[in-house]
Amino acid sequence: MSIAVLAAEALTGDEVKAAAAAEGAGFAYGLAAIGPGIGIGYLVGQAVQAMARQPESAGQVQTTMFLGVAFTEALALIGFVVFILLKFA
Amino acid sequence: MTDVSNPLTQRLEGPAPVMEVAKDLIRRTALVAPVLIVIGAIFWQSAGAASVAYAIAIVMVNFLLAASLLAWAGRISFAAMGGAAMFGFLLRLGLIFLAVLLVKDAGWVEMLPLGLTLIVAHLGILFWEMRYISGTLAHPGLKPTAKLPIHTSSSESNHETTGAA
Repeated sequence: MSIAVLAAEALTGDEVKAAAAAEGAGFAYGLAAIGPGIGIGYLVGQAVQAMARQPESAGQVQTTMFLGVAFTEALALIGFVVFILLKFA
Repeated sequence: MTDVSNPLTQRLEGPAPVMEVAKDLIRRTALVAPVLIVIGAIFWQSAGAASVAYAIAIVMVNFLLAASLLAWAGRISFAAMGGAAMFGFLLRLGLIFLAVLLVKDAGWVEMLPLGLTLIVAHLGILFWEMRYISGTLAHPGLKPTAKLPIHTSSSESNHETTGAA
C-alpha cells in the first residue's frame, strides 16, 4: 500500500497533498536516474573499448564520450529539477 | 573472440582534451550568464537573478568536476576512466542535490528559475559546444590554430599572434 493511500486514510487536505508530492518527487528522481545510469554505463563501456582498440584516437573518443556523458546526464538533471519543484517549490 | 588490448594497462598520455572542452564550456557559460541573470531578474526580481546565478555556478562546477575526474582517471588507465565516469555521475548528482538542499530555505532562492536554469544552461551550452566540436571533427583543416602568420604592410615581415579559438 502506497504512502499516499495510507495518508489518505488518516490525514486530509494539505497533508495528503504533501505526502503525494513527496512520493511523486521520490519516484521522479529515483526513476529518472536509472535510465541515464544505464546509458552512461553503456556509453563509457563502448568508449573504453574503442580507446583500447585504437589508442591513437583516444583523445577524440574521450572528447565525444565527455559530451555523451553530459547529454545523458541532462536526463537525470531533468528528473532532479522535477524533484526539487515537487518537494521544495 | 576479438583481440582487444587490455584497458587496465593502457592510459591516456599527454594533455587531456576533455579539460579543453570543459574550459570552453565554462567560457561559453560565462558568456550567456548575464543574459540568463537578466531574464531571471525580469521575471522573479532579485531572488530570481540570484537563483539563476547560483544555478549557473552549479552547471560550471559540474562540467569542470566531470572533466577533471575523467582527465585524472585517464592518466591512471582507461578502465579507471570508465569507473570515474560512472561513479562521478553519482557523485556529481549527489553534490548538485546537496548544493540545492543547502540553500532551499534561503530567502534569496526561487526554486523555479533555479531548476529551469539548471536544465536550460546545461543543455544549451552542450548543444552550442557540440556544434563546434562536430565541425572540428568533420573539418580538421578548418580548426583554428594557436599561431597564425600575419603579414603587416609596414615591415613586410611575418609576425605570429595568438589566434582566437
